[in-house]
Amino acid sequence: MDRIPILKLGNALLVTIQVDMHDRLATALEQDLTDKIVTLGAKGVLIDISALEIVDSFIGRMLDNIAAVSRILDADTVVVGMRPAVAITLVELGLSLSGVKTALNVERGMALISQKAEAEDGHADGED
Amino acid sequence: MAAGDTATIARLVTENENEILPEWINLQKQAGALQTGRIKETELQTQSREFLHLLRDGLAKGGNDATHASYGPARQFLGDVSRSRALQGFSPTETATFVFSLKQPLFNTMNRDKTMSPAALAKMTWDITLLLDELGLNTFEAYQKTREEVILRQQREIAELSTPVVKLWDGILALPVIGTLDSARTQVVMENLLQHIVDEGAAIAIIDITGVPTVDTLTAQHLLKTVSAARLMGAECIISGIRPQIAQTIVHLGVELNVVSKATLADAFAIALKQTGRSVTKVKAVAEKADNRASEKGN
Repeated sequence: MDRIPILKLGNALLVTIQVDMHDRLATALEQDLTDKIVTLGAKGVLIDISALEIVDSFIGRMLDNIAAVSRILDADTVVVGMRPAVAITLVELGLSLSGVKTALNVERGMALISQKAEAEDGHADGED
Repeated sequence: MAAGDTATIARLVTENENEILPEWINLQKQAGALQTGRIKETELQTQSREFLHLLRDGLAKGGNDATHASYGPARQFLGDVSRSRALQGFSPTETATFVFSLKQPLFNTMNRDKTMSPAALAKMTWDITLLLDELGLNTFEAYQKTREEVILRQQREIAELSTPVVKLWDGILALPVIGTLDSARTQVVMENLLQHIVDEGAAIAIIDITGVPTVDTLTAQHLLKTVSAARLMGAECIISGIRPQIAQTIVHLGVELNVVSKATLADAFAIALKQTGRSVTKVKAVAEKADNRASEKGN
């Protein structure tokens, strides 16, 4: 497998990582995701890593990068379903992913994104 | 070393068992084996008899080397006895006396046997001393090992007991930390909390540090690590129970706690409820009823 599928779900993109991430796969995902955000005009990116058992600093940095890029393109990144062991590892590595939003599962992650979208809509309505 | 000498002792033990055993048990009683009431006389008798038999079997072929295979059963039995005594709370002296007090009855028996030459007697005495000393050390080692196991088990239990994760409400967990937070405990606390967050699907975790006596830079760092890890999993952390002195210490140390913190667990719980879209209100009906009753009485 040389590509991770990116699914469109409403105005958000859903990425489910179900294989061990190696560095080239991570770079490819970063690229694809950036392209998709622009072409589809997505407002949020959900990255489900509940199946990911091993993370290293590279993957951690990739998540941070994706978040930074999406922010520039006006999309929120939510990382969902991180395992306890993975969370501890990332903290020990000194990566707190401060630019990334997190949620316990995809459902809550979606809620977070739609909440933000609604807030923006409301704001826009108010301006009209 | 020929096994012949100790075989003679074995023969002597067999012939004089009925004298050695009561004498030995008496000596143990004098040393206070039964005083504390932890062990019954019948049990003491059984233990003594069994050990004497095992020792005799070993003596028949083992020589004066206590590590010889023929002393295996005797050593095993002694290990069991000292383990059970360590658990029953016997003192080291009391436990070791079990073996050492056997010397005197054995020596007395040899002295009563007039057929032996002084040289043979001296040799036998030396053999027995050597043997029983070695077995005594074995006893002590087993005793010590058991005590250490007890201590280890207690440490583990304390570590587990002192980090319970409690569910306050649907999606709200509390972790009352009691005692000093060191690296090892932080690890346990962190894993415990994160696992509970997954199991309960909790959105908010309150870490209550009322029971933490002091907070230094290291403790603060550990706390922050736990908070970051919980955030990575998608749960928010609130720190509560910061006492006035600790708040001052944190500020003096220049530690930045970039988390929501509240003075008491109650405050933290209120915030947690608010964030999950709930609120606690007084039930008005109760107050009105009380008022009605008062007015009825007035009428």
